[in-house]
Amino acid sequence: MAKKMHATPNLDQLESGPWPSFVTGLKRLAQDKDYVVDVLGHLEHSYQTRKGYWKGGTVGVLGYGGGIIPRFTEIKDEAGKPVFPDAAEFHTLRVMPPPGMHYNTDILRKFCDVWEEHGSGLIAFHGQSGDIMFQGATTENVQKAFDGINELGFDLGGAGPAVRTSMSCVGAARCEQSCYDEAKAHRQVLNTFLDDIHRPALPYKFKFKFSGCPNDCMNSIQRADMAVIGTWRDNIRTDEVLAKKWFAKHGMDELVNDVVARCPTKAIQIKDISKVRKDGHISSVALNAEKALEIDNKDCVRCMHCINVMTGALATGTDKGATVLVGGKRTLKIGDLMGTVVIPFMSLKNEEDYQQLVDLGQKIIDFFAENALEHERTGEMIERIGLVNFLEGIEVDIDANMVATPRTNPYVRMDGWDDEVAKINAQKAAA
Amino acid sequence: MAQAQMRRAIESGVPDNKQYLHPKLAKNYGNWKYHDRPRPGVLHHVSHDGDEVWSVRAGTQRQMDVWTIRKLCDIADKYAEGHVRFTIRSNIEFMVGDESKVAPLIVELEKSGFPVGGTGNSVSMIAHTQGWLHCDIPGTDASGVVKALMDDLYDEFRREEMPNRVHLSTSCCEINCGGQADIAIIIQHTKPPVINHDLVANACERPTVVARCPVAAIRPALVNGKPSLEVDEKKCICCGACYPPCPPMQINDPEHSKLAIWIGGKNSNARGKPTFMKLVASGLPNNPPRWTEVGEMVKNILHVYKNDARPWERMSDWVERIGWPRFFEKTGLPFTKYLIDDWRGARVNLNASTHIRF
Repeated sequence: MAKKMHATPNLDQLESGPWPSFVTGLKRLAQDKDYVVDVLGHLEHSYQTRKGYWKGGTVGVLGYGGGIIPRFTEIKDEAGKPVFPDAAEFHTLRVMPPPGMHYNTDILRKFCDVWEEHGSGLIAFHGQSGDIMFQGATTENVQKAFDGINELGFDLGGAGPAVRTSMSCVGAARCEQSCYDEAKAHRQVLNTFLDDIHRPALPYKFKFKFSGCPNDCMNSIQRADMAVIGTWRDNIRTDEVLAKKWFAKHGMDELVNDVVARCPTKAIQIKDISKVRKDGHISSVALNAEKALEIDNKDCVRCMHCINVMTGALATGTDKGATVLVGGKRTLKIGDLMGTVVIPFMSLKNEEDYQQLVDLGQKIIDFFAENALEHERTGEMIERIGLVNFLEGIEVDIDANMVATPRTNPYVRMDGWDDEVAKINAQKAAA
Repeated sequence: MAQAQMRRAIESGVPDNKQYLHPKLAKNYGNWKYHDRPRPGVLHHVSHDGDEVWSVRAGTQRQMDVWTIRKLCDIADKYAEGHVRFTIRSNIEFMVGDESKVAPLIVELEKSGFPVGGTGNSVSMIAHTQGWLHCDIPGTDASGVVKALMDDLYDEFRREEMPNRVHLSTSCCEINCGGQADIAIIIQHTKPPVINHDLVANACERPTVVARCPVAAIRPALVNGKPSLEVDEKKCICCGACYPPCPPMQINDPEHSKLAIWIGGKNSNARGKPTFMKLVASGLPNNPPRWTEVGEMVKNILHVYKNDARPWERMSDWVERIGWPRFFEKTGLPFTKYLIDDWRGARVNLNASTHIRF
């Protein structure tokens, strides 16, 4: 039995209602732990005064410079003593998840055992960067908890100006839209940069994210410094049995309004079967005895919409790989930036392909480390120096797929134009 | 001596997920053909070899006590061959190889207090951050806001009645860890930081703080004979960027740190390109423990969207069709001067055309 609970009139109100309550969970832990009794008191104080009361500091494990988020209480009495002494230290361990966040119950139970012994007993699955967050340990117990978790085959993630923990989608393990082995790419890339994860020494954070298709379930374009998003180069595959089944159930109105009209590049048409084009870049599938769906894959931008609606009837192609975008981030400091295309297509089929992805990541991080200002993300760096300078730095050729439109202003010195044209013509001739 | 006894870390990095995959997922890795949804909260995947697996998705509180995790493990052992995974929105998924176990699993989950849903055109669990529970710079709480909102949106989580999927996020400061979403709730400070000049010199690396300000409103100054920082309050945009590197520049205020609502963020490339969300309302009070005013506004926007959008229109697609004037008209939200962008590149957000809906 732990000590007496503090009154928590605000938090108590978060125990009612149908959604699972974290307060109820904390109260269960508080039955045995003085630590959590004071965590609840600390949080209730925030609810009453509408302010946060944790400050950072320096806490780590042997050999690493990051991965622990230190928290010390700022709620102190006039003598400078913590008002909630058992929760005076409330550090978090950020632990990298397996790709796709797959677990078995054996490992989850072992996490619970370690954290019940050394920590608060509160675990978040998962933080916004993908970490398993073991929330709440004293300075003394951080190393012990890490040792236990590390023995289970798990390692700390990133914090501060470091390569950060990464995430990948459910991917090939359970999704027909997967265009590469997300787990393999995730592990191979991240595990190349363990030193940059564990010993923060970059200008600022650097995030990789891995999504298996353009649905981008990892939200990588908007928040990853390097987003690896699955795509394909060949034709959309079709399945007549599933297409006819879909059409029989949904009918022409839904096909026109929800599929054809929503194609962003008008690549889809409905035609009499006899009028379907036979070109090599056409995908088609019969919907009934008379009508067929025709997709011009040259116009298709691989947005996924029609495949999402008619899953199985339409499917991604087989010449698969990824598009790589660089520079996504949220507001601070210069405003939101989406990642933009740096590699329109990179095949991801064999070992060499995956090594190329790692090499690209290495080049980008090296360039970032050398050229970014302190506290500047890749997107901000590229905004400052221009995409072309960045591409030269990482030795990637320019490509018209990298722009939404060409330049709309004349403010550029262009006396190298003829040389550039000659270079491109020479490359074309050599190809 | 104590140092010598400390264990060296094994730098094992990201663990292999193969050891944790459900056997059917391991067997059919990269070989799935299609999926459908037999009911809300259940995905049914079929492989090219005809193998089938059912995934039952349930909501969690994200910050889970070990008792909750063990309870979920007990359920997984009983129905799901001991394998689970988590989604990016902190839902848990139980993979089931035998269809007959799906219905009893759902019953057991709901009986144990875990709502089944969050698939397809539902309002899924809110992506949330740390808040007062653990963050060092939070303007509000995260888990509490999410709990209060999900209580309100419980039925929408368990049904698939929205025009398309709806992603929500909450963030306790303008860093926006919660991320882009169809509807995002984010702290918006309205007053410049209150500076404790006694502490700045010792706690802050002053040039770093000066460099952090997006509008160059901070400059070094001697205050009461002590080296400190001062803020040009006319320039200050109250973003709070100076607060993390310099905690004596307190930006959080119980009264003046408000909540803002943003809509129309879309991560996916489906149909249009990904979009950033847009600020549509602010000035909502930071009102624990249930943030009622925020909940009312979110529900109002969701209600209008649900009734007005066509199938497959995400929030952003819907507004693109009906236009912003009609969005504000239908939701009853006031369109104020603060919603007209004046940050760098703002002119691309102005209407450079005669495209006007009457």
